[in-house]
Amino acid sequence: MRHLITALTAASAFALAGCASNAPEELPPQPAPVDTPAPAPAPSGPTPGSNADFMAQMAGQNVIYFDTDKYDVDSEDVAALQAQAAWLQRYPNTTATIEGHCDERGTRDYNLALGERRANAAKNYLVSLGIDASRLRTVSYGKERPVALGSDEAAWAQNRRAATIVID
Amino acid sequence: MKKILAILLMMLALPLAAQQNTATPEVVPPPPEALEGEGGLQVTVTDESAWQDLGIAIPAFATNANVPTPANTQGTAALGLELARVITADLRNNGLFRPVGPDSLPRPQYAEISAPNWGTWQVRNAQMLVHGYVRAGEDGRLTVGCYLYDMQLRNQLVREGWVVQPAEWRRAAHKCADLIYSRLSGENPFFDSKIAYIAETGPKDHRVKRLAIMDSDGANHRFITNGQTTALTPRYSPDYQSIVYLSYLNGNPRIYIYDIGTGRQRLVTQSANPTFAPRWSPDGKYILYSMAVGGNTDIYRVSAQGGESVRLTSSPGIDVGGSYSPDGSRIVFESDRSGSQQVYVMNADGSNQRRITFFGGRAATPEWSPRGDQIAFTHIVGNFRIAVMSPDGSNLRHLTNGWQDEAPTWAPNGRIIQFFRTTRGSGEATLWQVDLTGANERRLPTPVGASDPAWGPVLP
Repeated sequence: MRHLITALTAASAFALAGCASNAPEELPPQPAPVDTPAPAPAPSGPTPGSNADFMAQMAGQNVIYFDTDKYDVDSEDVAALQAQAAWLQRYPNTTATIEGHCDERGTRDYNLALGERRANAAKNYLVSLGIDASRLRTVSYGKERPVALGSDEAAWAQNRRAATIVID
Repeated sequence: MKKILAILLMMLALPLAAQQNTATPEVVPPPPEALEGEGGLQVTVTDESAWQDLGIAIPAFATNANVPTPANTQGTAALGLELARVITADLRNNGLFRPVGPDSLPRPQYAEISAPNWGTWQVRNAQMLVHGYVRAGEDGRLTVGCYLYDMQLRNQLVREGWVVQPAEWRRAAHKCADLIYSRLSGENPFFDSKIAYIAETGPKDHRVKRLAIMDSDGANHRFITNGQTTALTPRYSPDYQSIVYLSYLNGNPRIYIYDIGTGRQRLVTQSANPTFAPRWSPDGKYILYSMAVGGNTDIYRVSAQGGESVRLTSSPGIDVGGSYSPDGSRIVFESDRSGSQQVYVMNADGSNQRRITFFGGRAATPEWSPRGDQIAFTHIVGNFRIAVMSPDGSNLRHLTNGWQDEAPTWAPNGRIIQFFRTTRGSGEATLWQVDLTGANERRLPTPVGASDPAWGPVLP
């Protein structure tokens, strides 16, 4: 954020200085916000080893899902976690956060504990696949950060999850 | 909080001179020579329909002289009207009385406060009559007197007075409402108390959650955190000096003790593990909290001053929450060690843990009544309902029937429960309260969405 402000300020100052050198009769209009174009993506896709790369490679398998009140890793989750572990082994200098989440149909404190369980279940499985535990941080958001906004079983099933995010 | 000075006169009339040389508050009946105003009643509003429910008449409080006060831009006369309105709202909202407030009643003169004009109220079928006055002292402080009369007996049941700073004028009204409520119901007071809660704004997937506080009637609302980090589950310390709550400051959910006076906060424990579900002991000396280590959550106790934590539970299940019995000897908490959330009781040192809920469904968020006679909790059988039971788990009673009613918190006198209700779909949360009959349910007004209410004790 601070960098962005600095960049904008510098850009504004530059624009003003440029106008002043032309000695205009009237005060120039306020410079329009400078839209710095995003760096053109490399033709080969996201930077290897970045979270964007991880997301692209996982194609949804960065998230595993749980049954109501459960935190066990089932066969579908195993496939996803194996894919995550393979990527993490390919980029051994990366670290990741595993977020544990719950659906809204639980009490707040219990859901914080349950989200912690789910995040740890995913972490422990990744560790069992050879990922160093020191590379994996867990955080529980309980029911505070749903991704599906409905109040029905389909939405709740999407929200009972552990999501792995690579720290860039 | 500035201390409020109070003196209980009951049926005893103390001479004015006896109190003037002390720092004690003066509470004096209006001088009898002012009785010349008798017969000069001014009827401000006449509303026939309002008289039908007249049980307790609460006309505007009188003033000896309408003078400027920081408590009201229009002076002490207007303040007298506001005092009676606050008292009326307090009593109406507890569901036990049908008070008639000052907006549909004649306004008594100052001299009538200690000598009611019985005939005026007798014809209106008032069983109880509240009179009061407000006077501004030379130092700016306000003296508020509160009198309760029995119309049948035509005598005074109780009176009390308080000297307050102008900014705390509402406390005098709450004290008066407490006096009336306690005298008529035999219950302990509760209006002069505050609530900490979480203010919610924004969409369901980007909800902003801020720590906020307000008086028991919603007045004097104040946001404490700015919403940049999610705040959850606050609890007032028994002395109202601090609030313990969960914050995601620095990215991890951990419990902080926020000092209201200084605005500073500190971690309840330096552990890097997530901590949540904080609770005070009744004497304010200890804080219970839950901590997850390697995914396993247990309940710990730590001195409010800091120091080493003591682990109270060690089951492989989730042990969370915890609420002390009023005498501090036992703790009620929830655990899923049996396979689903159920309520357990243990001694304060963690010994003798035993399950008390066996009636089906899940039982969560237990809170011990300040009276000690009941435990409120969230009963989950499909929907979430607020329920109460005896401390041995018997006498289950449901008090609400919403889609998701959660997290009960007791009024200081153990007669009313607040909770929050979540709306299906939008997830919008609102604060509600219900009495122990379950019949009187009411939404509490809050500026924005609201959850996680925590009712503090009667103010010191």
